[in-house]
Amino acid sequence: MATAFAVNKSLDCRGTFCPVPIIQAHQAVGSMAPGQVLEVIATDPGSQGDFVAFAKNTGHELLHADEEGGVYRYYLRIAG
Amino acid sequence: MAVETVIDPALEARIEELVNTKVQELFQEQFQALVSQQTRQQAEAKSGPKRLALVASKGTLDMAYPPLILATTAAALGWEAGIFFTFYGLDILNRRKLSHLQVPPLANPAMPVPVPNFIGAIPGMTAMATAMMRGWMNRARVPSVPDLLKVAQESGVQLFACTTTMGVMRTKKEDIIDGARLAGAAMFLDYASEAQVTLFV
Repeated sequence: MATAFAVNKSLDCRGTFCPVPIIQAHQAVGSMAPGQVLEVIATDPGSQGDFVAFAKNTGHELLHADEEGGVYRYYLRIAG
Repeated sequence: MAVETVIDPALEARIEELVNTKVQELFQEQFQALVSQQTRQQAEAKSGPKRLALVASKGTLDMAYPPLILATTAAALGWEAGIFFTFYGLDILNRRKLSHLQVPPLANPAMPVPVPNFIGAIPGMTAMATAMMRGWMNRARVPSVPDLLKVAQESGVQLFACTTTMGVMRTKKEDIIDGARLAGAAMFLDYASEAQVTLFV
């Protein structure tokens, strides 16, 4: 799906379950600059709530989330 | 010539009333400012990272996962996280054992392929159930226990090794993985007393 965000880094977590997507997102954030956008692609349905909680707890902004055919995409803007 | 000032008693009472009202107002204002300042300071003091304190008391493969998953996830959320490994749970920190944790099929009706107890009791069945579980976990791409421990340590999860258990089980200090801290109950309770989330696994 086309997005309106310039994605700086994309993580393909398809086929993995909790806690892998969150841990990989956390590790990816460590190498990114504030304001950059991280895309996470996942298939674990639990990731829906997990990424909302991740954003709430870390301060990174969940710009957009969508689901298409069992594939979830999350867009996080890295906090300053 | 002296001018004698005579104040109307009614006026005097009115002045006194106004002064009292003003004093009360000023006092309330300052009091409120002080209270809100204190509230703000308390809120600021509490606004540090959240903390998760877990006890891991089981040494089977299936029971090693919940504390490791919760703690690594907490760390990814920016929380402080610590796990106190006690009794059989200490095997998770034992470098000779942590890669060989097993799943017991005996008295475990929740196995995806149920194993009757009289079969589960046969020698070799635990190894078989463990091999099956590892297969399912690999298929779901779940990280191994050593992998999760590595992530935990890299993300700053505190690993506490219960020294009483080490004494009971004759576990040597050298058997405990590097980076784990030897700890007693008081140390863990002190750590847990500042946690918002505490769980016993």
